[in-house]
Amino acid sequence: MEKARPQWANPLQFVFACISYAVGLGNVWRFPYLCQMYGGGSFLIPYLIMLVVEGMPLLYMELAVGQRMRQGSIGAWRTISPYLGGVGVASVLVSFFLSMYYNVINAWAFWYLFHSFQNPLPWSVCPLNGNRTGYDAECEAASSTQYFWYRKTLNISPSIQESGAVQWEPALCLILAWLVVYLCILRGTESTGKVVYFTALLPYCVLIIYLGRGLTLHGATNGLIYMFTPKVEQLANPRTWINAATQIFFSLGLGFGSLIAFASYNEPSNDCQKHAIIVSLINSATSIFASIVTFSIYGFKATFNYENCLNKMILLLTNSFDLEDGFLTASNLEQVKDHLASAYPSKYSEVLPYIKNCSLESELDTAVQGTGLAFIVYSEAIKNMEVSQLWSVLYFFMLLMLGIGSMLGNTAAILTPLTDSKVISSHLPKEVISGLVCLISCAVGMLFTMEAGNYWFDIFNDYAATLSLLLIVLVETIAVCYVYGLRRFESDLKAMTGRALSWYWKVMWAGVSPLLIVSLFAFYLSDYILSGTLRYQAWDASQGQLVTKDYPAYALAVIGLLVASSTMCIPLGALGTFITRHLKRGDPAPVA
Amino acid sequence: MLWPLFLLVTAIHAELCQPDAENAFKVRLSIKTALGDKAYAWDINEEYLFRAMVAFSMRKVPKRETTEIAHVLLCNVTQRVSFWFVVTDPSKNHTLPAAEIQSAIRMNRNRINNAFSLSDQTLEFLKIPSTLAPPMDPSVPIWIIIFGVIFCIIIVATTLLILSGIWQSRRKNMEPSEMVDTEDKRENMITVENGIPCDSLDAKGGHINDAFMTEDERLTPL
Repeated sequence: MEKARPQWANPLQFVFACISYAVGLGNVWRFPYLCQMYGGGSFLIPYLIMLVVEGMPLLYMELAVGQRMRQGSIGAWRTISPYLGGVGVASVLVSFFLSMYYNVINAWAFWYLFHSFQNPLPWSVCPLNGNRTGYDAECEAASSTQYFWYRKTLNISPSIQESGAVQWEPALCLILAWLVVYLCILRGTESTGKVVYFTALLPYCVLIIYLGRGLTLHGATNGLIYMFTPKVEQLANPRTWINAATQIFFSLGLGFGSLIAFASYNEPSNDCQKHAIIVSLINSATSIFASIVTFSIYGFKATFNYENCLNKMILLLTNSFDLEDGFLTASNLEQVKDHLASAYPSKYSEVLPYIKNCSLESELDTAVQGTGLAFIVYSEAIKNMEVSQLWSVLYFFMLLMLGIGSMLGNTAAILTPLTDSKVISSHLPKEVISGLVCLISCAVGMLFTMEAGNYWFDIFNDYAATLSLLLIVLVETIAVCYVYGLRRFESDLKAMTGRALSWYWKVMWAGVSPLLIVSLFAFYLSDYILSGTLRYQAWDASQGQLVTKDYPAYALAVIGLLVASSTMCIPLGALGTFITRHLKRGDPAPVA
Repeated sequence: MLWPLFLLVTAIHAELCQPDAENAFKVRLSIKTALGDKAYAWDINEEYLFRAMVAFSMRKVPKRETTEIAHVLLCNVTQRVSFWFVVTDPSKNHTLPAAEIQSAIRMNRNRINNAFSLSDQTLEFLKIPSTLAPPMDPSVPIWIIIFGVIFCIIIVATTLLILSGIWQSRRKNMEPSEMVDTEDKRENMITVENGIPCDSLDAKGGHINDAFMTEDERLTPL
């Protein structure tokens, strides 16, 4: 048969595609932050519980739906019930929003990667000021890595209102990122299937190398001990459990339609239960593995900064009191300070405002997540390692692989329904559809390369997918269990794969998971409503740090539009189908 | 009789060189930080070398070629090691203006540093800022070169893939263009029942017996 559905060359490609999609930047920059904030080692308990209770069942359900229906998200949900086509459309829309802003991260990774081939690394030194007697003022106030990120990479404006112009350097990198994505999805599963070998495996190679390097860094053990020490009292905090559930949910990439799209290219007899368990376990294991690496890097950076701080204090006291060079060391610093305070009280009080209490704990306590962790904290740690160019190249290459792997899933979620639709695919070949999607996303993505682009990025990152996905997955679960019928689905799966459905999955799908999602949804909704107006962090160049500002009205409108446009697809889709059916029934067909 | 004169001269000297005196500069050395084990002790011979270097720097200034080592005065040497110095004119009554000393030291900073095996950070002249070395600025930023290389590779690969796809589909279109019938078209579409494609019901592991079915002979030619 000629127009048979394309398939993965072997089940391994499917598993790698799912791993490559699920293991993304969130595993590297979100999980370590959560682990640190919500109890260290004890965060693993709610995390693993949520994995078993929420992650595995929902992942299995999505893969099973895709494999059974053999269509993208729109077709699959329309098959389940004609009124649920809107769920598929909502998935495609959310995937579209995601792909618009997610590839900007790949563009930044390219930018840093290209800049890693210099000696010294450009973010390790401050540029000089106008008359070459000192360093640039903004760089002095902040640090050289922050300056490179906020000024050289983003050229960020002081607030979201001042949009500025499109920066040509990040724009070029964005175009390159989209070209790479287009190259990978050009031929559908044929090309994607080969690319996922690299995007799935290479990050692990780099992580292992980094683990070896990270554990041998000076001060790494400080970070590991501090972060993994369990703070069991955090288990009583409801936010811990909610964040664990949210992390599992978003880390697996449920609800975007990518998993349905990938599974639709499977052979029907594929054992997707086994694959669901494998993928979710590997995803969580990678998160934990990545957090070990991250914490050892944190420990190194904190120890380095702590020792720097001590050295600065030693120099300050040595210079102010003309003590012998080398007399003050870290061990006798406190004693000598007390002695000086008592012996020369007036001079000491002059110096007092400049004396900082250097503390290793406060350095370790600086918890960062997101782009700040990936591009500021990590690059700061890397610049202090030996052969920093090599480590920098490795690290940003790994970020690229992770990001492109996730992008492949996102674009598959958009393209599979489009290529499934007879209307579109009869007029345009697959390559042209992919090209158009990439072109439109790239054009919209130019918004994020403007001077205020990072603020819009944060808006999309925080609001485009969160609430909508919860609603989408909730409707999906209810649809499979109650609209399609759990028994019918069970017999379909048995006919397809030959295995009976365990009672565990049935209980989870019908009861526990929907309840969990409803509670998450209610929590987020109440959180948004209670916190009043929404705020964001803006970069203040004169102070060299972030300040909190309120969103202007039009930004709030965009946020509302983002959330509403995807969530409204579900009821609108149902309404549309209802109206079309009503109209069809309204015209009585002549009975011959 | 010479004693009062001597005392007077030292008194004048003492007045000229004092911490925070007019035209006086403070110097701070961090020999142990710079050299570690190979650090030398700071004694009067090192001070003599310092005074010689300052005098050398001043001699390079126009109209000050007659500066002698004796014109450079040091005082308040501490353990740190830090001290103040002034440069007097040949009459030894006034000190030379700070601006001249500043420019002279700045121009010869490298020579002074090398004489003591120190650097700008370990031999500090407070209030004389050193000119910082500008970072290397190649004419074409390195990142653009790498970007250009990768960009070209990706464009070439994409074009190749697209072109090979077009050639493949043209070759496919040319072969079966002889078979035109509608029956053919029906058979080439995916049969769908209840929205579920029928080929999902194919059992896996079946073998196609080539003896009975070849594409070309599915329809008996008319």
